Amino acid sequence: MEYELTYIILAAVFGGFMAWGIGANDVANAMATSVGSKAITIKQAIIIAAIFEFAGAVLAGGAVTSTIRKGIIDSSSVNGNPELLIFGMLASLLAAGCWLLLASRKGWPVSTTHSIVGAVVGFAAVGIGTEAIKWGKVGDIVLSWIVTPMIAGFLAFLIFQTVHHLILKQKDPLAKAKRYVPFYMFLTAFVLTLVTIKKGLKHVGLELSDTQAYTYAGLSGVIVALIGAYFVSKIKADKKKEKDFHFYTVERVFAVLMVITASGLAFAHGSNDVANAVGPVAAVVSTAHTGIVAAKSGIETWVLLLGGIGIVIGLATFGVRVIRTVGQKITHLTPSRGFAAELAASTTIVVASGTGMPISTTQTLVGAVLGVGMARGISAIDLKVVRNIFASWVVTIPAGASLSIVFFFILKAIFG
Amino acid sequence: MGSFISDMLGRSPVEPLQKHIKTAYDAAALLPSLFAAANLNDWVKVDEITEAIRQLENDADDLKNDIRSNLPKSLFMPVPRQDLLELVLVQDKVANISKQIAGMVRLRKMQIPAGIADIFTDFVSRCVDAAKKAKQSVNELDELYETGFRGAEVKVVEKLIAKLDKIETDTDNMQADLQGQVYLMEQDLPPVEVMFLYKLIDMLGDVADQAERIGRRLELLWAK
Repeated sequence: MEYELTYIILAAVFGGFMAWGIGANDVANAMATSVGSKAITIKQAIIIAAIFEFAGAVLAGGAVTSTIRKGIIDSSSVNGNPELLIFGMLASLLAAGCWLLLASRKGWPVSTTHSIVGAVVGFAAVGIGTEAIKWGKVGDIVLSWIVTPMIAGFLAFLIFQTVHHLILKQKDPLAKAKRYVPFYMFLTAFVLTLVTIKKGLKHVGLELSDTQAYTYAGLSGVIVALIGAYFVSKIKADKKKEKDFHFYTVERVFAVLMVITASGLAFAHGSNDVANAVGPVAAVVSTAHTGIVAAKSGIETWVLLLGGIGIVIGLATFGVRVIRTVGQKITHLTPSRGFAAELAASTTIVVASGTGMPISTTQTLVGAVLGVGMARGISAIDLKVVRNIFASWVVTIPAGASLSIVFFFILKAIFG
Repeated sequence: MGSFISDMLGRSPVEPLQKHIKTAYDAAALLPSLFAAANLNDWVKVDEITEAIRQLENDADDLKNDIRSNLPKSLFMPVPRQDLLELVLVQDKVANISKQIAGMVRLRKMQIPAGIADIFTDFVSRCVDAAKKAKQSVNELDELYETGFRGAEVKVVEKLIAKLDKIETDTDNMQADLQGQVYLMEQDLPPVEVMFLYKLIDMLGDVADQAERIGRRLELLWAK
């Protein structure tokens, strides 16, 4: 292919830029609740987010990357003309990146996933033809955007109910918290590890049997629970602070748990959202290399690494500031609530990632927080803001689509 | 830039409500010293205390308006918005009545007749006790929110409210007792003074009544 290297470099630059944007903005949602509840410091939040976002992107991000790369567009439709796919994917990255930049400047609650899916569908429908789009798959994706916040909300509701019955409504909530919190830690690590092993690892070339998967997941759960239990056991009741708020020490126990669920959420976020940036890159790379639109080839590891590194840099440069501002604002999502929302959201997201569904992590988290609210867990939720968040994707999809169509024709004019 | 999660979390009404009841209680808590100063003919001090109470009542009003304006209809909360609005209204009455009492004592330079001074002092401090119990009950609001208005914590608050009820019953009895004593003294006192003495006793009783109503309002929060 004539411009093979140019295409790959452009894709890497655009993809890296978008990953940077995701790290700068999106990660704040995952980590800010933990910082806001004073469970961890900002520095710790950055380190945790960096490690787990990166791990999530590389270990479990493969399936969603594949969906963006080749799940939406029918590859046979561009067989004679692979350049079209390259222009389209580059245009999609640019479109989504520009839209996100604009949205975050204006403070609009938009989703990276919605903008990239809108962009890919947009260029394909106009640049190639509507028959090139796998509408069934697109329908599934849109359906998942409606279903996942509901599932996360339902899970969060259930989790918080168990917290309430096992711990909060009891006579001695501190003793009960110390007893039961390690089980939630086990659950968090077990679920995330299991889904990653069963669904994510084959994309990095590792395949394990079911027995092995459950054994490793159980093992990781036990290790995490033991470490967590150690930190929990070190917490002493603070009588002075308890006079003002009787549940002060109980919340401190949950704060330890929240560090673990926040890590899980960062992992889940990496597993789903990094694909928004690297999916198109992967498509460009494989098409440019082979000159044909291969439906079978795997994802080159450096592409996933690029996404992971981009997110970490975004986090370190701008994310710090976002987390600081947001962390100071969040005071009403105490650890006993925050953990329930995070556990529900990360479980939902990781399962979605395993099945290759590009979902909106922010909206899933919003659904989870609403679920805790339904269980009478949150003192006040502003439904006006919630409506705006859910309405935003209606705007984001056509915006991403129109931008990518414009960029598509510009790129086609330059290279075509 | 920002987080949509933090935007969707509205400001919790708990802390402002607790601040409000503290301010209202502080106003009521100045009443015993007001009567002590008046009976000592220290009208400068009565002026000072009345001013302090007036200031606290003002603060309470500001807090009340702040709570109201931060409870838009779009909020989704574990308790009905209306119940919270009514709670703050009743809390505010404690401050309001205290201000009226202080204003009346200052204007009329009221002094308590020696014959009933002791039981009057007891009565006033019991009424303030009621306001204090109400404050303690409202101070459990954050714990009630934490536990979703269920379980062991509700029992704790129910006990506090039972105590509040008992104090209010005390004040009722003391009020009747005082009225009886004033009746016996009616012949020896100027009629206008007697009129206002009755009024003063009623208003003090009202402080305790409103405190008790705070308890009732709180109970409604977890009533099915």
